[in-house]
Amino acid sequence: MGPLITQGIISGEWNSMLAFLIGLGFGISLEQAGFSSSRKLIGIFYGYDFVVLRVFLTAALTASVGLIYFHYLGWIDLEMVYINPTFVWSAIIGGAFAGVGIILGGYCPGTSFTAASIGKIDAMAYIGGIFVGILFYAETYSFLWKDLHEMTPLGKVKIFDSLGISQGLFAFLFIVFSLVIFFASFGLQRKFSNRKLKY
Amino acid sequence: MDDKHLALRRKKYMNPYLAGFLLGLVLLAAFYLTGRGLGASGAVKSVVVTAVDAVAHDHALNSDFYGKYVTKDKPPMQAWLVFEILGVIFGGLISGAFSGRLAFKIEHSPRITSKKRLIISAVGGVFMGIGASLGRGCASGAALSGMSVLSTAGFISFLAIFGMAFIVAYFVRKIWI
Repeated sequence: MGPLITQGIISGEWNSMLAFLIGLGFGISLEQAGFSSSRKLIGIFYGYDFVVLRVFLTAALTASVGLIYFHYLGWIDLEMVYINPTFVWSAIIGGAFAGVGIILGGYCPGTSFTAASIGKIDAMAYIGGIFVGILFYAETYSFLWKDLHEMTPLGKVKIFDSLGISQGLFAFLFIVFSLVIFFASFGLQRKFSNRKLKY
Repeated sequence: MDDKHLALRRKKYMNPYLAGFLLGLVLLAAFYLTGRGLGASGAVKSVVVTAVDAVAHDHALNSDFYGKYVTKDKPPMQAWLVFEILGVIFGGLISGAFSGRLAFKIEHSPRITSKKRLIISAVGGVFMGIGASLGRGCASGAALSGMSVLSTAGFISFLAIFGMAFIVAYFVRKIWI
């Protein structure tokens, strides 16, 4: 039963190797999806290319529904899977900063590495900026960010508990929501894609 | 080789739903094998912590931020995410080579210069660095991996990141379209 490393079924020494292989799959998927092009990525915010939303939601659906099934079939112990803790305000303000970063730079950190690997110089500049941003955050942490970072901790709470519904119902609603978004994006893209953009 | 030939050689991108499904399987494999999801900004953090620790060890030890990482037994460069990101870079390179997309290039709207694009991109990176640190992860670490385990944090991050980008998009449209 998984997770294999956490359970000790695969030796911990393999962890770095597995990390590399998983990264390999991550990088290939992102590049093949077109996430190595900032103007393709940013299309969602101007309505001419919805690839980000389609790939992102399909991946989240595949993984979340997959995990529910793995758990149901007894293949994975979800108690041993890392769940990121919820801190409401740092997630909102941090997400807002990240949103500004995406619309200015055209990449999120993962896609910037993929883009840099095929030679996008703007992605390399973006990665340089991330270094500076983290260094700035680290140096000013104790007096600028620390309180905000630790504010409103809710622990490892799940979305369906926060909404007060069952896991199954949430998964169903998430699938319906994604399908609606997929169909809506077809219409919107048709409306906006007459802009002749080369990217 | 002229542009026309290059365009013919260049392969098209994968169907987005197929690419998303593959990405989802990679994510599922990460959870099944190692008990954690994907990430990217954490790798940069590891490098920053290692660099600061090497240059100013005492400063790192006494800091609220670095102190959390440098006092641990394992050096931060050995973090899981660093190996994963090396894989991402290598994977992107393989995929780009396979599809004929390897080229040094500054991609930007015809309405701005290359120099302006690089400066704006770097500034965007700074915002992302701060945001990913404060928000405990970026689009892949906090939002995508978080949503996969159905954590509330993942959905808040997703809405905050995309919501803010949509709001700002109108004001900076000149740099893209």
